[in-house]
Amino acid sequence: MDPIVALDQVEVDYPDRGRALGPFSFSVAPGEIVALVGPSGSGKSTALRLLAGLEGPTGGSLRRDLGRGETSVVFQAPTLAPWLSAQANVALPLELSGMPKHEAHAQAGLALDRVGLAAARSARPAQLSGGMAMRVSLARALATGPKLLLLDEPFAALDEITRRTLADDVLKLWAQSRPAIVFVTHSVEEAAYMAARVVVMTRGPGRIAGEISIPGELPRPQAFRATPGFRQAAEDISTCLAQDAGDVR
Amino acid sequence: MNRIMNGLAPLVLLAVLLAAWEIACRALQVPAYFLPPPSAVAIAMAMDAPGLVAAAWNTLSVALMALVLASLLAQAIAVTIALNELLEHAVRPLASVLQVTPVVAIAPLVLIWAGIDHPERAVITLAVLVAFFPIFSGAVTGLHAADPDLERLFDLYQAGQVQRVLRLRLPSAVPFILEGHKVGAGLAIIGAVVAEFAAGSGGIRGLAWRILDAGNKLQTARMLAALMVLGLMGVVLHAVLDRLEQYGLKWWRGR
Repeated sequence: MDPIVALDQVEVDYPDRGRALGPFSFSVAPGEIVALVGPSGSGKSTALRLLAGLEGPTGGSLRRDLGRGETSVVFQAPTLAPWLSAQANVALPLELSGMPKHEAHAQAGLALDRVGLAAARSARPAQLSGGMAMRVSLARALATGPKLLLLDEPFAALDEITRRTLADDVLKLWAQSRPAIVFVTHSVEEAAYMAARVVVMTRGPGRIAGEISIPGELPRPQAFRATPGFRQAAEDISTCLAQDAGDVR
Repeated sequence: MNRIMNGLAPLVLLAVLLAAWEIACRALQVPAYFLPPPSAVAIAMAMDAPGLVAAAWNTLSVALMALVLASLLAQAIAVTIALNELLEHAVRPLASVLQVTPVVAIAPLVLIWAGIDHPERAVITLAVLVAFFPIFSGAVTGLHAADPDLERLFDLYQAGQVQRVLRLRLPSAVPFILEGHKVGAGLAIIGAVVAEFAAGSGGIRGLAWRILDAGNKLQTARMLAALMVLGLMGVVLHAVLDRLEQYGLKWWRGR
């Protein structure tokens, strides 16, 4: 299948801090789940902004086969508007895409049901726990029915138990509409659990240090973390990261 | 218990200071035109009560009207320049010039423009000029204070500039605008009083006129009485706006 977004020998230079990324070649096929793993400053978030079309490359080529409203981003923080209810927050991208208000709110309500927040429709972000707010953010990203879902270290601020539950939730939601997912993470374990393909990036400027395929079905079956396949994959990712760190030393 | 103590503390201090003042005036036999004792001020306040209330209302109504006008004007301009970056660069330095120009210095000019028969117009205009800046400045700061990731979300869905201002930047600015109004209200009173002074006696019968009038007659107790009413009015207005700000923030944040 043709990729929905492809980066070819892309480079990104920032005027004040030099090269952040590249050369970097990377593509995403429809419906696949890819994790970008790397140390801080490896340009993971820059890569994500390129994929989102929020930024252009300095060099190389970027091709996106996606229309308006077909890309969604979940940021590091829930990034909800404090003055809007959970439902209005989820409805916001739909309204921005031109959907009439009542329709957008109805669809937003359904999206909140899907992430298990049917009871919190009228709650304000300040009244939600960190995990709940992240779910609202996820519902907002999925409400538009995106073809590409980008997650920028979405669970970094949450506790381990909430992270694991949300990882399973994301995979379950993915199974319903199968958008392509690219997510950035520091966590080797999270990458190996959620993604079918893990791309390891080098210390900045980010290049590809290696790529690891994770065997097994998605969403993950119970006790997947105890399987040899998962453990081996996690080990391979760690080795790949450590090699890059060793090169620097 | 602690709360009661905290509430009583300033009142106790006030009572002690007033007592010291009273005793000092009597013991040192300070002439009344120089510094009347608080009891004389209280008597002047009681005797003058209807006049003082009317004067206070004159000043307060001017300040409130100025606050409303300044609020509308400041927010309209802030939102307009938020729609266009070039316009913002053009307007901001001019607004700063307005801020650093003392109201006393422009008062005579505004009085001439308002016309000799309409000093009240000049007083309102001057109060508006003073109250304008904190609201404008708060709104401009607030309009730039939206969560950058929310801005990116608006980029992602290719929202227009009008949508972005009305649905993201203006709501994000609400806490800043509320704070601006609180500061602006205090300044509106100051602006009204200063403008009344500049307008001189007769035209506008507000608290400043009472102070001027009593001063000309060397009735120091009446001067102090008017001054105290002015201070009291400021404190009450500030408390009311503080409460309104809290309610506003609660409404904005949902808790």
